[in-house]
Amino acid sequence: MSNTFHPALAGGRRLPSVWDLVAILCVFGALVGVTHVARGTLQPLNSPEATAISLDPSHLPAYAVRTTLRMFAALAASLLFTFTYAVAAAKSRRAGLLLIPILDILQSVPILGFLTFTVVFFMSLFPGNVMGLELAAIFAIFTSQAWNMAFSMYQSLKTVPGDLEEAAISFHLTGWQRFWRLEVPFATPGLVWNTMMSMSGGWFFVTASEAISVGDNNWNLPGIGSYVAMALAKSDIHAVIYAIIAMLVVILAYDQLLFRPLVAWSLKFRFETTAGATAADPWMLKLLRRARLLQWVGDSIGGVFAVISGFRLSLGPRWRPMGGRAPSRALDALWLAVLLAILAWAGWRIVTYVATELAWKDVGHAVFLGSLTLIRVSVLMVIASAIWVPIGVWIGLRPLWARRVQPVAQFLAAFPANLLFPPFVLAIVTFHLNADIWLTPLMVLGTQWYILFNVIAGASAFPGDLLEAAENFRVGGVLWWRRVILPGIFPYFVTGAITASGGSWNASIVAEVASWGNTKLTAHGLGAYIAQATDAGDMARVVLGVAVMSAYVVLFNRLLWRPMYAYANRRLTLA
Amino acid sequence: MDAVVEKTSLLAVQGCRQAYHKDASADLVVLDDVNLTLHEGEIVALLGRSGSGKSTLLRIVAGLLRPTAGDVLWRGTKLEGPPEGVAMVFQSFALFPWLTVQENVEIGLEARGVSRAEREKRAEEAIDLIGLGGFESAYPKELSGGMRQRVGLARALVVHPDLLLMDEPFSALDVLTAENLRTDLIDLWSEGKLPLKSVLMVTHNIEEAVLMADRILVFSVNPGRVANELRVPFAHPRNRHDPAFRKLVDDIYGLMTRRPVPSTPTPAAPQAASIAMALHRVGTNLMAGLMETLAGPPYNGRADLPALAESLQLEADELLPLGESLQLLQFAVLEEGDLHLAPAGRAFVDADTEERKTIFAAALRAHVPLVNMIRQVLDERWNHRASAVRFRDELEDHMSPDYAEDTLRSAIAWGRYAELYSYDEEAEQFSLDDIG
Repeated sequence: MSNTFHPALAGGRRLPSVWDLVAILCVFGALVGVTHVARGTLQPLNSPEATAISLDPSHLPAYAVRTTLRMFAALAASLLFTFTYAVAAAKSRRAGLLLIPILDILQSVPILGFLTFTVVFFMSLFPGNVMGLELAAIFAIFTSQAWNMAFSMYQSLKTVPGDLEEAAISFHLTGWQRFWRLEVPFATPGLVWNTMMSMSGGWFFVTASEAISVGDNNWNLPGIGSYVAMALAKSDIHAVIYAIIAMLVVILAYDQLLFRPLVAWSLKFRFETTAGATAADPWMLKLLRRARLLQWVGDSIGGVFAVISGFRLSLGPRWRPMGGRAPSRALDALWLAVLLAILAWAGWRIVTYVATELAWKDVGHAVFLGSLTLIRVSVLMVIASAIWVPIGVWIGLRPLWARRVQPVAQFLAAFPANLLFPPFVLAIVTFHLNADIWLTPLMVLGTQWYILFNVIAGASAFPGDLLEAAENFRVGGVLWWRRVILPGIFPYFVTGAITASGGSWNASIVAEVASWGNTKLTAHGLGAYIAQATDAGDMARVVLGVAVMSAYVVLFNRLLWRPMYAYANRRLTLA
Repeated sequence: MDAVVEKTSLLAVQGCRQAYHKDASADLVVLDDVNLTLHEGEIVALLGRSGSGKSTLLRIVAGLLRPTAGDVLWRGTKLEGPPEGVAMVFQSFALFPWLTVQENVEIGLEARGVSRAEREKRAEEAIDLIGLGGFESAYPKELSGGMRQRVGLARALVVHPDLLLMDEPFSALDVLTAENLRTDLIDLWSEGKLPLKSVLMVTHNIEEAVLMADRILVFSVNPGRVANELRVPFAHPRNRHDPAFRKLVDDIYGLMTRRPVPSTPTPAAPQAASIAMALHRVGTNLMAGLMETLAGPPYNGRADLPALAESLQLEADELLPLGESLQLLQFAVLEEGDLHLAPAGRAFVDADTEERKTIFAAALRAHVPLVNMIRQVLDERWNHRASAVRFRDELEDHMSPDYAEDTLRSAIAWGRYAELYSYDEEAEQFSLDDIG
């Protein structure tokens, strides 16, 4: 796994180190946790301890473990999805024609609205067993994690440097070997980063997916999410605070134990030809490299990996088609025709299904509510930008501060904003504020940080000589913002804003309806529409709401963000 | 003295043709009817300008590309994919950044399923041979360019190939590093320490070819063909300053500036002046600078190309397009390895900034049909605007997309300098805004 130790030097230090002890504690702790959870999932659904949630903080550690394991199970599923779906899309041009637009849509569809359907489906797989609920929850988390990971993999596979590809082929690496030795390593840094982002995104769904209600039935899976839902329902502010603390600990733990070392390790695969500044190894990576036992385990895994990835499996021809040759237009046309037919049929089925229950009036209503949510999202993006761009620039131009603030901003983005709802709800109730306006900020609570840390990154990368030139020509005040720094950070800002606005649409389903004990606050908007239809078990309205919201998101992306992104890349990148 | 002892044919390329298929018009031919035989014990250089298809030929020999027509025989059998016994060294090094030097060198053996102990032993040998000892655990990004290409060489040598292919292996390196690596490689070759039977290298550096190769195949451009074959009769180590060496370099310059007789349109000939003429991507400052240099001492209007290339620190591949562009505009004339300034060029040098633009504009309109056509279209339109896309489409009917892009870019830059039109990059649109 690592080459930090030369065998000759390591010979004299065979004794177990302190790091081994730490490592053993970590491993056994994880094992105990897993067995505990495994026992819980096989209980019948109607046994009282299976779905009862206690607000006693002593139960929180166990809940935290179960929630975390659910998230990692979803992560494993996402990885599996990434290595099949994205690879298929990248390897077969025709598959890509279908799979990539689907992925694009899935990414912008508010999955939260579909929770109801998936619960019913998974419950029917394991009737009367907790396992069905568990799978439904895991699936919900999976839907919040998988898409961007698959996209990152697809993009990496499509941009593998041509000369490395040629080198691999001319040195007789088979398709299988090329995949594991060239393509996967090349995709690793992007994939690790996106996995980390996905994990953050997943928390938002945990609270929504553990406490599930379909029509009149309510189920609670033991976990932090259910604990929070219960605390909100019982207006127990202490419990909310305990939950926040538990969540902080869990996020901090996997960030330090897993993602910091993973990101540091993945830098090795970054495709760069010059040696950049390297940061010190995170402590966990040091531990992995120093603890002899773990090193041995790592080496064995690495050895097995080397054997498997070294299999001389090969698919397809060894010749590479040249330039514009090969693709047959007739087959392409046929394939496209088949896709369009399937699309038309699916569209027809949805329309007929919805039409049996709904009239055009409902569509108009949903579109109107969508425009309300659109106004909310737009206003929020403007306000969040007005606040965070100046702050981000200020921080980004001061390297010392940037280093301190960057991890904090990432952490805040990972923090599930719905935990912070109670104070807002309390304030709105106490001061009799207008829910339509004051519930709105909840939508960006979790997503504004993407703007902040992208702007920080942009400002830190801004070339020093341009700043000096600006100073030399006495460019200051408004002119400095308009001509110097804003164009410089614009590409970064757009990247952050795209993520933030997409997240805000999704958050509207949770944020436009907030409750605290028996008080229920509702804003007028498409998010509230979907949430209420879900509560009422009104499938037709859920489908309609989700379809309308998807349409809004896709149009918003196509008409605003894509052109802005293209413009930023064309005109404002410093190349 | 020739190093060839026994002439066994290793590789034969027969009637090889490589063409881009374009649906709008005829195929765009990159390589046409190329024949080549490689024997054991020789180094052969494919010398040519960029775009002459020599790298494409190397990729065909490496089994990375299937030729449109023709056969490649490797040890008498027809090639179907990358053959055993051929290893390649890349211009960009193509090292895996996540593998150490040792792991990079071992990759070819690993792909073949060679046992670990054997791998390590052979990699160690190759690493020591090529002078990389002590760098085994380093990652490529920690190494300088020269050391990286040594890794590339070791990676190729470790599989003990019969044929080593090198694609402009030294062109990404600085002059001194390249020279050092060339000398090391030739020393090892002449001492018989390289586990190779033959070397085929691609280069655009004339001196490099004369310094290293036993045989040089000079490629013509558009379509790529073997225009000349030359034998290099000098023994290693060769001396760059030897008059016979200089003479050969001079001769090759002459060959490369001589226009191919049939088929391709000669820019100087008026009847061939269609918009389908490819333009080199050469800056106006560079052209003006070259003309000023030519006009001044010691050249006084006439220069020998190799000498000019050396004093200007330009490679043949950079100097020749420049000279040809001047010839196209009839500012200078290229013949037999010499470049001399024409009267229009002299007038340009003597003029001030504004007059220069006028002279340049006149030359463009007279000799570059594409520029003339753009201006005409703009004059005819009521709003004096025209999209670049239509010109690009028209060019792509006659040449590959890359050439079309270069040609259009040159037309834009030259026309802008001559103030014949302006261009909006964002809208990809020509216009007469700000044109007096």
